[in-house]
Amino acid sequence: MANATLTPRRSQLTKGRMPTYTLWVVLAASIVVGAALAALVGFSLVPWAIFSAILFIVAGTAVSAAIEGERKAKNRLALFLVYGAFLIALLPLLSVIWTVLERGVPGLTYNFLFTSMNGVTGAIDNQVVAEGTPVLGGAYHAIVGTLQITLWATLISVPIGLLAAIYLVEYSTGGRLARAITFFVDVMTGIPSIVAGLFAAALFGQLFGPGTRTGFVAAVALSVLMVPVVVRSTEEMLKIVPNELREAAYALGVRKWRTITRVVIPTAISGIASGVTLAIARVIGETAPILVTAGFARSINWNVFGDWMSTLPTFIYYQILTPTSPTATDPSTQRAWAAALVLIIMVMLLNLAARLIARLFAPKTSR
Amino acid sequence: MSTNALKRTGGAGESGDKIFSGASLAAGCLILAALFSVAVFLIVEALPVLGADPSDITGGEGFLTYIFPIVLGTVIAAAIALLIATPLGIGVALFISHYAPRRFAQGLGYVIDLLAAIPSVVYGAWGYAVLAPQLAIAYAWLAANAGWLPIFEGPASQTGRTMLTAGIVLAVMVLPIITSLSREIFLQTPTLHEEAALAMGATRWEMITMAVLPFARPGIISAAMLGLGRALGETMAVALVLSGGALTASLIKSGNQTIAAEIALNFPEAFGLRLSELIAAGLVLFLITLAVNIVARWIISRHKEFSGAN
Amino acid sequence: MKALRFGRAAAVISVAALALTACGSDNAVDSGTEGGSSAAPESTVSGTLTGAGASSQQAAMTAWQAGFEGLNPEATVQYSPDGSGAGREAFLAQGVQFAGSDAYLDDEEYEASKEICGPDGAINIPAYVSPIAVAFNVPGVEELNLDAATIASIFKGEVSNWNDEAIAAQNEGVELPDLPITVVHRADESGTTENFVEYLAAAAPEQWTYEVSGDWPADIVAENAQGTNGVVSTTSSTEGAITYTDASAVGDLGQALVKVGEEYVALSPEAASRAVEVATPVDEGRNDVDMSLDLERDTTESGAYPIVLISYHLYCTTYEDQETVDLVKAFGSYVISEEGQQDAADSAGNAPISETLREQAQEAIDSIQVAS
Repeated sequence: MANATLTPRRSQLTKGRMPTYTLWVVLAASIVVGAALAALVGFSLVPWAIFSAILFIVAGTAVSAAIEGERKAKNRLALFLVYGAFLIALLPLLSVIWTVLERGVPGLTYNFLFTSMNGVTGAIDNQVVAEGTPVLGGAYHAIVGTLQITLWATLISVPIGLLAAIYLVEYSTGGRLARAITFFVDVMTGIPSIVAGLFAAALFGQLFGPGTRTGFVAAVALSVLMVPVVVRSTEEMLKIVPNELREAAYALGVRKWRTITRVVIPTAISGIASGVTLAIARVIGETAPILVTAGFARSINWNVFGDWMSTLPTFIYYQILTPTSPTATDPSTQRAWAAALVLIIMVMLLNLAARLIARLFAPKTSR
Repeated sequence: MSTNALKRTGGAGESGDKIFSGASLAAGCLILAALFSVAVFLIVEALPVLGADPSDITGGEGFLTYIFPIVLGTVIAAAIALLIATPLGIGVALFISHYAPRRFAQGLGYVIDLLAAIPSVVYGAWGYAVLAPQLAIAYAWLAANAGWLPIFEGPASQTGRTMLTAGIVLAVMVLPIITSLSREIFLQTPTLHEEAALAMGATRWEMITMAVLPFARPGIISAAMLGLGRALGETMAVALVLSGGALTASLIKSGNQTIAAEIALNFPEAFGLRLSELIAAGLVLFLITLAVNIVARWIISRHKEFSGAN
Repeated sequence: MKALRFGRAAAVISVAALALTACGSDNAVDSGTEGGSSAAPESTVSGTLTGAGASSQQAAMTAWQAGFEGLNPEATVQYSPDGSGAGREAFLAQGVQFAGSDAYLDDEEYEASKEICGPDGAINIPAYVSPIAVAFNVPGVEELNLDAATIASIFKGEVSNWNDEAIAAQNEGVELPDLPITVVHRADESGTTENFVEYLAAAAPEQWTYEVSGDWPADIVAENAQGTNGVVSTTSSTEGAITYTDASAVGDLGQALVKVGEEYVALSPEAASRAVEVATPVDEGRNDVDMSLDLERDTTESGAYPIVLISYHLYCTTYEDQETVDLVKAFGSYVISEEGQQDAADSAGNAPISETLREQAQEAIDSIQVAS
């Protein structure tokens, strides 16, 4: 990064500079004093870490203020806080990932990935627990369902969301319609997911008779949730494309739509891709709207326009809340965590694909 | 020859322009239409509540008495989540965009995006099984030492499944959203602005406050609003983590409930008037988001000059 | 160079994705292990039967689906565990052909069912009986004698310690620890809660003055959790906790013996069936074959365990076409057959319905016919 190269080097000629070891000394002192303070409230790891961290930030800033002056001290404080924020944020996130890995990996067998729950009953689970044989039944049907429903939801909402964002940023002149769209898109982010599901169920119930439940209904429900996220993030990304680029293109006589597709979107593609991935990520883990729109299948169904489907979140939800065998819940719990892990891996691959697309289309920059 | 070619591309370009602007306008209108039909659906379904006898509503004292505590609970949970997640999210985004080594930063950005994808059921299960028991210890300590504050009034919950825990779980859930969007915006800060600030002898922090943050402010607010949307509407995680109940001021006792969790918990067995009640509760949630967004838009509009496209 | 590397990565990913999606199978269980269905299929029906309703029936339904589809390879049964209320609503809106419910159709719903099922309306048929256990986590105590009044006082929060006099008086010789009682109840609205508080209201009317509904009374502040699994795991992880739950999920928790008449009755399938046998049928305004039952919660019948939940299947008396009628009859008969009941008991741990009830239910199912 440009600013990194501009960081001043140590020089014999400059005064008021802190030797590098100073902060290490402060750190060591804070840890020792922190331990002493923690001992006062009953020693354990968490208060120790908290006290030491606070001490270090205060003392480090104070030392820096004394030696380097106020501006440098502020800079240091900001540095500590940013690193601190990062470390604090990392803790729960690592904990979540660790929990999923620890409980999900044992269930990730060939059987789990490539068979459905067709024919797996509580009696079989009871037998598995009693005899210690491998857990039968898997999430293949749910994996298929998740892929299909999310694909259709994406096919519906990405074009709509992208075009709407383009309208807002490029075509509208801040008129009433544009303001209405921006405003109501914001409102749409607040639709409770179950309401979106009920809405889609009611809509298709009106059109095709009551009890119409297919993967496609679920895809429509998810689109209602997904569109605002796509619009919102795309809009932000398009807005920060510098006007100079557009004007340069116009000056060369390029048509507006060519400018948008060839200049504006490629410049913002990384952010757009990131936003779309976020949107997919938001809906791929939805449980409630799927429950009321896609039904609950136990066997494989490839057709989004007919018959019921399961997705990984509904699979997880039901395996946890209504285990296949109420008397022996361990196999169900194992399947649920393994399904969570599969879901995360799927999103990871998706994310990778989005980044790949972004990289292939993005213009070369100095960054 | 060349004039011909120019004309041809010109002609194609013109119709292309029309199609493209037409399509984008249509997409915008489609969104409005969709939202309109959702609103109509909600209102039609919720209407029976208005005409109903107050004693028939859950709680027996009318809809307002029923909805008020859970509205407050929803706002509290979302507020806790945002108070924790926004500063942290901005910090992490700054770390990735301006502090961490570049290679490391890319990997981190990737991991953060990934975390936004963990299904809420998993966050719920994690909060319930891992986080709550840990926090129960801290709550007992808080109740003993800071119990004079109404929000830490004891006796603390034995299981740790309280409003504060739910707020923290929500914060963990929205953190990736805020981080991810803020990071993208920070990275788009014009390099010239940054370098100009540094060339003037500004420290890194001064450069960030002078060049990066003002440029990114509307984006940060947008990111926070998206996060808020998720925190307000989150159902499964809250339903699993929170041991809900009547409204209490204390955040470390079991009690309080959010609208989304109330809907999710009661929806399966609801029918008739109860269903209308729950959908009306959904409508209220909708209105809360509306109000929050009006405020956010108003704040953003005061900083409009930083938008590149104007 | 870089683009090439990414291209290769993309290729690997897409191939892996294709491989993953190309070769799954519905054959999760070796067909050899699917015992019990070796007899030649007596009736072959085909088509898809759709149902929705109580999530508590999910485990039993899984067993019925597997067993029924084993006997009738051409037929499929799909069941969406949306909840009893949602199931009844979908049934009355003709969204599904049958519903599973923790409660029979009330009078209003029965009237509504006449519109879709013809003049005789719908029939409620008991599918299984699920005893509700009062389960607790007190170290060293596996069984406690409790009468209805004490149970009500505990769940109300009036009796708040395990060494309370009210508990000790009924349990001489049991060493009760000095441990606060943590009440755990269902956070979601459920048939289990409804049946449990119905029992409390009927058997301990002086202590339990709250309205009977599927929601836990809002005035009682207590810990809660979502679903049967939720309350059981919360109770297991909290010392001194007490809850009520479907008996199948109790696991290692201690169980209360409930006072009926002068004796304390332990929970068992037989005791549960006994309570159902002494229940009074709901006759008023229903068709002849309907089997809705009102349980006598305050029964003094010896050996009957009064806290039980009867789970019903709801069918129409008439359907539009012969194919659906055949399918419904075949599935309904299978569910109440001895084999079907045994399958459900093995899988879900609930209690089968008695011989008499089964005969009655078969009669009801035989009466289903095509709308004229």
